[in-house]
Amino acid sequence: MALEHLQIYWWLIISVLGALLVFLLFVQGGQSMLLDTRNAMDRTLMVNSLGRKWELTFTTLVVFGGAFFASFPLFYSTSFGGAYWLWMLILFSFVGQAVSYQYRRKSGNIYGTRFYDWLLFINGCVGCFLLGVAVSMFFFGAEFTVRMGNILDPGSPVISQWVPSHGFEAIFSWRNWILGLAVLFLARTQASLYFMNNIAGDDSFFNLNKRRVLVNGVIFVVFFLAFTALLWTYDGYNFTPDGWERLKGKYFYNYIEMWWCIVLWLIGVVMVLYGVLKSAFAKHYTKGIWWSGIGTVLVVLTLFWVAGYNNSAYYPSLIDPASSLTINNSSSTEFTLTVMSFVSILVPFVLAYIWYVWYKMDHKPITPSEMEGDGEHVY
Amino acid sequence: MDDLISVVDWSRWQFALTAMYHWLFVPLTIGLALIVAIMESVYVKTRSAKWLAMTKFWMLLFGINFAVGVATGIILEFEFGTNWSNYSWFVGDIFGAPLAIEGIVAFFMESTFIAVMFFGWKKVSPRFHLTATWLTAIGTALSALWILIANAWMQQPAGMEFDPAQMRNVMDDFWALVLSDTAVAKFTHTVASAWTLAGVFVIGVSCWFLLRKRNVEMAMSSIKVAGWVGFAGILTTLATGDLSAVNVAKHQPMKLAAMEGLYDGSRGQELVAIGILNPDKRYDNDENPYLFHISIPKGLSFLATHDFNAFVPGINDLIEGYEIDENGETVTCVGYADRIAIGKESHEALRAYDTAMADGDVAGMEVALEKLRSTYKYFGYGYLDSPAEAIPPVAMTFYTFRIMVIAGGYLLLFFIVALFAVYYREQWLRNKVVQWIGMLSIVVVWVCSQSGWITAEVGRQPWVIQDLLPTRAAISDISSATVQVTFFMFAAVFTILLIAEISIMLSQINKHSKEDIETISKD
Repeated sequence: MALEHLQIYWWLIISVLGALLVFLLFVQGGQSMLLDTRNAMDRTLMVNSLGRKWELTFTTLVVFGGAFFASFPLFYSTSFGGAYWLWMLILFSFVGQAVSYQYRRKSGNIYGTRFYDWLLFINGCVGCFLLGVAVSMFFFGAEFTVRMGNILDPGSPVISQWVPSHGFEAIFSWRNWILGLAVLFLARTQASLYFMNNIAGDDSFFNLNKRRVLVNGVIFVVFFLAFTALLWTYDGYNFTPDGWERLKGKYFYNYIEMWWCIVLWLIGVVMVLYGVLKSAFAKHYTKGIWWSGIGTVLVVLTLFWVAGYNNSAYYPSLIDPASSLTINNSSSTEFTLTVMSFVSILVPFVLAYIWYVWYKMDHKPITPSEMEGDGEHVY
Repeated sequence: MDDLISVVDWSRWQFALTAMYHWLFVPLTIGLALIVAIMESVYVKTRSAKWLAMTKFWMLLFGINFAVGVATGIILEFEFGTNWSNYSWFVGDIFGAPLAIEGIVAFFMESTFIAVMFFGWKKVSPRFHLTATWLTAIGTALSALWILIANAWMQQPAGMEFDPAQMRNVMDDFWALVLSDTAVAKFTHTVASAWTLAGVFVIGVSCWFLLRKRNVEMAMSSIKVAGWVGFAGILTTLATGDLSAVNVAKHQPMKLAAMEGLYDGSRGQELVAIGILNPDKRYDNDENPYLFHISIPKGLSFLATHDFNAFVPGINDLIEGYEIDENGETVTCVGYADRIAIGKESHEALRAYDTAMADGDVAGMEVALEKLRSTYKYFGYGYLDSPAEAIPPVAMTFYTFRIMVIAGGYLLLFFIVALFAVYYREQWLRNKVVQWIGMLSIVVVWVCSQSGWITAEVGRQPWVIQDLLPTRAAISDISSATVQVTFFMFAAVFTILLIAEISIMLSQINKHSKEDIETISKD
């Protein structure tokens, strides 16, 4: 494949990983509800239901980062080194998650169960919100410059320079808040759908989750519509033979010009709404997570595509358009992308064994009796 | 410039802090995964309740430890971007690939099958469960493989060329990267050292059971499994340590000189077994390098080249321009003052190339490119101002190397005695002094393991990429105050997690040393 095709292919891989990550954030969404449970058994069921999936979300985040590094290293260099505080706060929130499930109820836990539940709660809220903020910068940009020649200046050799606030400006941008909050409430909605599917609790627990699906779903839809309106009317960068130009409604045009994006976007939105509404209003519907999850993946895929394809800058610089990152100017070389493409052939096998394992493990929902049973590993 | 140095120092401290905390947990994960897999294999073959209980107990400790390793690991991966932004671009085309492969090939394997290990006992068949345990163990080793390939490449850059148009290094031979001398030695050495560490850990904990006279049969069986794993581990570690020494002599001779505190080399060079460095010694004075030392005649020559009479260059020799070639022969090479001059010429050539490219001056680009190609080998030296800057911290490298080697020698003896005792002299293991030695050896093996990494990483300073990019040019555009804040935040968080882990680990061990393990494992 030519370099240009490889860049498109690898942006597709990044898009898939990003979309799966947003879907898997239902783990974080569930964690954001842990401090508001009716009783200890509800919390135990929720923690154990989430605790068997947290590593998939965590691993997807790590692979998303690794794949970005391998395929678009200039993004890794610019965003992580620039929006330092944004990424550091995301990392701090995930550090707490990694240990909390294992440690929260073990004997010898000197900090107490509540400490770890708070860590899970913080990861649930902060992780979702800040990841939404980070993705929002793919559209609304950041203030940075990229000067390769800096590397020859021994006194100040850094290629990518960022404004001194180093990510705080992104965290406090109202535009980024909208997507951040949309991601948080989507994750909470999907967590409730997941609990309805994965936990065989009593009827009141099921009905509680039905209500949560509706409430969080409505809030999510409000923020999602606001984000969509903002995105479709925003002046995005458009690359032409003469250089960069700001184009009113750039992302809306991207959706129209790449017709499959708008089609998949519509299908995705309908699937999410169907999953939410049927789960909220049907008597006992447990498959909503699949409708909503697949719909989420489709919508997020299209968001990545309109950010990266069609002569767009997927990481716009607000102070120097020429420094904006595109899939062409920030990628690895043809050789490296080709090597990585061979490795990516393994991805279907990886997805297949993940599916098979969880098919074997999850064919029966979690029950209260399982939480009290002999020989069970319970968080 | 002062702030730049401070940012470099604080970024190094932060990365070292993260790496050292990470490496407290990872080797135990790698080694314990293997030990648990072996134990479960015996259980599946024998269906013995004792082996099931043993498997579950060590798996429990594995899980407690695994969680913190994961927590610190994600920080390490992202710190390449957050704190080493220039590095991420300058070599991202090469370095990113192993990290991504690690994620796709290893992390998903670990994270998927570890869930079966812990939650699948009643959901899948015993053989499926055993397969999951082995795949988790393999996943941990594969994870180590790819990150160690990445680390080895920083010490021995291979399979790459410089692209002046993009001002970065690009990969041109993937297999040269994967199969470099350093990568092979580093992977085998590190994974084997992880088996060693886990072996000592299991034996040490088993000694606690023996001291409490509880679950004695389980403890003896655990010592047998851990003894063989650890013995295989320490033998492999020693053998590959020899391989590593030869590689260091070839590719990082300055590191070898620092490891020995050697300033003026000679043929038939002795190896300092034990010594105290003279703090007043510098490369440009005539002080004796050692206040005290006991040496093995011709030992360093043999260690570095497998030839008792070979010449091993010291720090001064290298600065003046002598080193060992690929065949182990002493050759005259470019002295460090000249390297710095050539490195600056290389920078000028790259600047000229950039200007010519911007002007569309094809002829100028060709001239600059030719100059760049002839000088690029010493590109990194262009950032240095004096040869002294190319010398790593000698004392830290010297002492940590000795701690590692002496502790490694002790651990070989430890496993020989442990295996002999558990098979032929069980009464030795009932002796309280022996039991305490077993437990305290856990500290020794961790010190050994950390010392090895300090030797490897401090000894390669000032380079983040050997000869091509010094640490000071690899950083991000952040202030030293920013990095200081996150350094202390990480220090606090990691310490809190370490205390939590140790507390829970000790509590679980203590709990299992008070009651019958076959009863507790059902809880």
